[in-house]
Amino acid sequence: MTTVIEVEQLARYFGPVKAVNELTFCVQEGEVFSLLGPNGAGKTTTVRLLNGVLSPSGGRAHVLGLDPVAQGCELRRQTGVLTETPSLYERLTARENLAIFGALYGVSEPGLSGRVDELLDFFELSQRANDRVGEFSKGMKQRLALARALFHEPPLLFLDEPTSGLDPEAARQVTQMIQQLSHQKGRTVFLCTHNLSEAQRLCDRLGVMNQGRLLALGTLAELARTLWRGLWVDIEFRTPIADAVADKLRATRGVSDVQLDEMHLAVRVENDEVVPQMVTSLASQGAQIMRVNPRQHSLEDIYFALQNKQRENRS
Amino acid sequence: MNGQVLRTIAVKDLKEVKQNRAAWIPALIVPLIFFVLLPLAIILVPSLFSFSMMPLLSESGPVGMMRENIPELAAKLAGLNEQQTWVVLMTGYLFAPFILILPLMLSTIVGAESFVGEKERKTIEALIYTPATDGELFLGKVLASVVPAIALTWLGFLVYGVVVNVAGWSVMGRIWFPPVAWWPLMLAVTPAIATLGMAVIVIISARVNTFMEAYQMSASLVVLVLMLVAGQVTGILYLSVGMAFAVGLALWIIDAVLIWLGIRNFARETLLSRI
Repeated sequence: MTTVIEVEQLARYFGPVKAVNELTFCVQEGEVFSLLGPNGAGKTTTVRLLNGVLSPSGGRAHVLGLDPVAQGCELRRQTGVLTETPSLYERLTARENLAIFGALYGVSEPGLSGRVDELLDFFELSQRANDRVGEFSKGMKQRLALARALFHEPPLLFLDEPTSGLDPEAARQVTQMIQQLSHQKGRTVFLCTHNLSEAQRLCDRLGVMNQGRLLALGTLAELARTLWRGLWVDIEFRTPIADAVADKLRATRGVSDVQLDEMHLAVRVENDEVVPQMVTSLASQGAQIMRVNPRQHSLEDIYFALQNKQRENRS
Repeated sequence: MNGQVLRTIAVKDLKEVKQNRAAWIPALIVPLIFFVLLPLAIILVPSLFSFSMMPLLSESGPVGMMRENIPELAAKLAGLNEQQTWVVLMTGYLFAPFILILPLMLSTIVGAESFVGEKERKTIEALIYTPATDGELFLGKVLASVVPAIALTWLGFLVYGVVVNVAGWSVMGRIWFPPVAWWPLMLAVTPAIATLGMAVIVIISARVNTFMEAYQMSASLVVLVLMLVAGQVTGILYLSVGMAFAVGLALWIIDAVLIWLGIRNFARETLLSRI
């Protein structure tokens, strides 16, 4: 798999403020990588650094094999950016907005008009193509801004708070479109958000930021493992379970905790591999197992656990 | 420099100005007044209402004093009758510096829309993420504010020439306009003053946040044009060919310094810090 973004000790300071503080991470081709964090965490500054519109105070970055500082223009030809505010020309029509940016990305006629129509159609804006953008709803503006970011079919897409300020329906529409886009042509998506459910739905891997620092990096499962030792498994039975069964389970290798509640057992195991052994052992003791559910940590659990951990470390 | 990028930025800025009535209505009215109504009034009112201009034109009047102070002007007016002197003096010489208000006004209107309006409406960020270089972004905006200002002034000059020659035909009996000093005024001073308006807007765009603020601040540049007018009227300065080229050169030097200062404000990083 090709590495699309490679960042090492990347830093950007504004006077005494460390907006981005020694970030190190990689993003692989075709994945949806999400940078999570509260407002002011340094997510937008990171996007700016990775697109070469801001120069770093330290460290280095390589995006699509290019150096954003020295090869910014060449790099921006291959990236699409959805900014936090749509930054559309509200006095101009949707068609004019797209055509302007198409031309700036080097697309010229006869392909330009066709691409404008194609995007307006994909983002369900064809009916309003010749209306001024100032008359659009927030959701429509966000869809148009997304269309603009995709005009030149970039292999790498940066989305900065794509659903911020949208009502639930518009947010769902935009999220669905991002999902569609991320599955097309191996496109890599770099998503900045503080919307946890959106990140959980969309991303393959994520980094959690706060005050310019990367607190954690990995898949959801990897992050959960770094925070909580072992895996909790809930087991439900048809009939109540004897204490002896639970005691035997406690003695099993790889089981670190067992909590019994009549027809329900909560078991903490060291890793996934212990689960089949545990089920076989219970079945051999005559336990009638109804369900076995590994307990999943939501992104919200992980996010707040990480933020709390950072707070504790500081204090 | 990529021509398509420059053209796209310039056309985009002009389309935006077109949508802002507060910007383009004065740009229509002022040329109409300067290039059509005022010359018509100057030429036609005295003959229609049988005014005598002698009190002004006599040796003891203000024009007589101007003739005495400026021998070049006296030579130009030699042999003309009272009505002809009035027409040539007013529309051919004294009115010339007033025309410079137009390129100044037009370039500051578009410049204010382009450099400050984009900041006011927070649209600059999307532009910053395009592959256009800082130089292309800057030059595209410069073209949008300077080229139409020059082109419309030249068009106005053409209209003015037609109006002055046609309305003044009964008095002059020949095509006499433009006097030779108008050529350096149009070819050297007009582009320089249009560029000056734009350059001042670029400098003040770092300090103001709205189109109106920028436009109002740049309005003080009219003082420069009024200084030229006052210079002519008092006889301190006479806009001969040489003087027009000298004024043009001085303005271009000022422009170069201001543009150098302005470009430093126009780097992506500086623009981002103002969003």
